[in-house]
Amino acid sequence: MEKKVSKLAILTKGIIKENPVLVLLLGTCPTLATTSSAINGVGMGISATAVLICSNIVISLLAKIIPDKVRIPCYIVVIAGFVTVVQFVLQAFVPSLYASLGLFIPLIVVNCIILGRAEMFASKNNALDSALDGIGMGLGFTLALGVMGAIREIFGAGTIFGFALPWLSAHPILVVALAPGGFFVYSLLIAAVNKATKGKGVKGDFGCHGCAMASICQQEKCIAELEKGVEA
Amino acid sequence: MEFGTILVGIILVNNYVLAQFLGICPFLGVSKKLDSAAGMGVAVIFVMVLATAATWPIMRVLDSFEIGYLQTIAFILVIAALVQFVEMALKKFIPALHKSLGVYLPLITTNCAVLGVCISNIDEGYSYIEALVNSFGAGVGFLLAMVIFSGMRSKLEGNTAIPQSFQGVPITLVTAAFLSLGFMGFGGLV
Repeated sequence: MEKKVSKLAILTKGIIKENPVLVLLLGTCPTLATTSSAINGVGMGISATAVLICSNIVISLLAKIIPDKVRIPCYIVVIAGFVTVVQFVLQAFVPSLYASLGLFIPLIVVNCIILGRAEMFASKNNALDSALDGIGMGLGFTLALGVMGAIREIFGAGTIFGFALPWLSAHPILVVALAPGGFFVYSLLIAAVNKATKGKGVKGDFGCHGCAMASICQQEKCIAELEKGVEA
Repeated sequence: MEFGTILVGIILVNNYVLAQFLGICPFLGVSKKLDSAAGMGVAVIFVMVLATAATWPIMRVLDSFEIGYLQTIAFILVIAALVQFVEMALKKFIPALHKSLGVYLPLITTNCAVLGVCISNIDEGYSYIEALVNSFGAGVGFLLAMVIFSGMRSKLEGNTAIPQSFQGVPITLVTAAFLSLGFMGFGGLV
């Protein structure tokens, strides 16, 4: 990094300015799948945050030892290790959350936010900065998932964190809590960010800019070549 | 269990993309052109079946040593290594196939749909053959969603009647919501 960034800036940038879900459009799968209720969304967010902070710290410490060529598999092993720990913790202390998140707990491994931060931040910065970055990004992720989960729970079930709301609980819009509602609420949130930032906020389109694998797989290059080939 | 029931269930009712939200990144990222959407879909079918063929026996090995909790670590490493090897093998022995599928292979490595199908095969307690059928069906469901969605997206291209805030990503998601709503109609099928 060329210029020195203050610790506070590292911590806060993930929450609003570079919110991983609403601005960088990363981690869409857990965002859509686990936000059917507020508690699930927050639970997923906290689990991913825990993994993110731990893996960021460990990877920033190991960055100099890990050979460049095998860095991605090494990162994946570190992340998978912490995911297994989180899986155990959830299973032991909050079995209800463990049951409702189900498949998506092991899938934290392939969450692009975590691998992305490892590749883009933790491998280039010291442990303290990486931890702060992990906390910030994790908070942003948790916040976005919590808000989305709350919206879907309020309209889909008429409850918030399990407490019934007057009138709404008698008239739930079930589809909001189901799969289509996930896509729809997510699109509304992104549109709101677009509106609030006058179109400058959301970084372009779904693409590879934030994906950790971008440097290896060069998907964008491949797709560009492919599309060129089709046109030619 | 009947193979037909598994296939219909995984392709239409519990479609991986539209009902279970697995593999959303490629679904939204690679569906702009029909050609690349179809290519990606076929590559996903290929990798899913292959990954299941490799991970199902590994789970038996892990279980026999009573270290089933290493599932996540073992699976992701096996899948990543497998995809790399397959890519190299294709490049060497079947260059024609590599030309059409090869570009999609590396980016499927850390795709949650592939890891997801391997883990859910174990969770559902499928036999080896059932697991392979289920993986094939999950891939076909992905291909189906990709192809339909790329058709819907081509209609959005150059449409100026979309409100400014909704242009780009949000309208794509709204489109996906309607497609998902359509697939909900298959709900009672199995």
